[in-house]
Amino acid sequence: MSLAIDILSGICLFTGAVLMIISALGVIRLPDLFTRLHGASIADTGGAFLLLIGMVLQADTFLVAIKLGLIGIVLFFTAPTASHAVAHAALIGGLSPDDPKANQGKDEAEEDRT
Amino acid sequence: MFSLVTFLVVIAMAMTLIRAVRGPTPYDRILAVNVHGTMTVLLIALAGFLTDRPDFLDLSLAYALLNFVGTLAALKFFKHGHLGEES
Amino acid sequence: MVSARTFSLFLVLFATWLLLSGIWDPFLIASGAVSSLLVVYLAHRMSVIDGEGHPIQLSWKLLTYLPWLAWQILISNIAVCRMVLSPSMKLDAGSGWVSASQKTPVGLVTFANSITLTPGTVALAVYPDTIQVHALDRSGIEELKAGEMNRRVCAMEGQS
Repeated sequence: MSLAIDILSGICLFTGAVLMIISALGVIRLPDLFTRLHGASIADTGGAFLLLIGMVLQADTFLVAIKLGLIGIVLFFTAPTASHAVAHAALIGGLSPDDPKANQGKDEAEEDRT
Repeated sequence: MFSLVTFLVVIAMAMTLIRAVRGPTPYDRILAVNVHGTMTVLLIALAGFLTDRPDFLDLSLAYALLNFVGTLAALKFFKHGHLGEES
Repeated sequence: MVSARTFSLFLVLFATWLLLSGIWDPFLIASGAVSSLLVVYLAHRMSVIDGEGHPIQLSWKLLTYLPWLAWQILISNIAVCRMVLSPSMKLDAGSGWVSASQKTPVGLVTFANSITLTPGTVALAVYPDTIQVHALDRSGIEELKAGEMNRRVCAMEGQS
């Protein structure tokens, strides 16, 4: 029984870590800010929750499992809010959601410095 | 198992830093740092299991809250130039 | 005077304290009760104990919504991973407008958060009756326009 749980949690942990890497790859590879947001949301949902499930299966006391659950709840509510805040700020800041090419190399911080 | 998973998460975190350095817009950097923070929350929790010290989970919970507030504060500061002066 | 909502807020705060501390010693339990009461008093003074601050009107319908949302998140995670890993990266990204028929702010926020939480779609701007959505693949917007998620959130929001 405990071997089965170990294997299950190992699968969850490994898949979650691979999803984290895919998400980081998405943040690097995708062409503009709005598409990168989708890459980032893989880490916030799939990656984070699979890792947490894997850790809950390995938890030895009830309190540890509860704390992992609380981390999950906090991430569940804050991650989409933070994503939406970035997206909305970028939309107001003048990035175009329909034209990835327009969002390249317009570094306002660089412009301010000169 | 935990050491392999921790190693993979650290690699993912290093990859998000590439985007944070390259930009090009400030929003890209804030997004990259936000993802980096989400991964840090899980890295701290994994470190707790790796070293068998469950106290790390409290740090992880606190970091999850700080990461959210930090992202919003950075966005607000970038947009307005201050964090809410009296009008 | 003490409404069910206020009492439930106290219970949630006190349970959080007990579970996070994990030490069952009379002094710590008493200080937990005092701090929970203090927070409830402050929240009452700020008048944030209402359908938005502590939405207990959602409780049991949420239990049928969350598994469905988890399933959607799983499906779209796989779809987005496939797009990120595809070597050619032919994307059909774009934005569109999705109508939202929720009546309460809590329902609207739940709908917008669900859209953002699902990889592949992000809520860009939220208005009382529509939400501007950006999708990694335009089929995601068509799926939202079909309105299944909208219907399920409406069924869940309840009366406040």
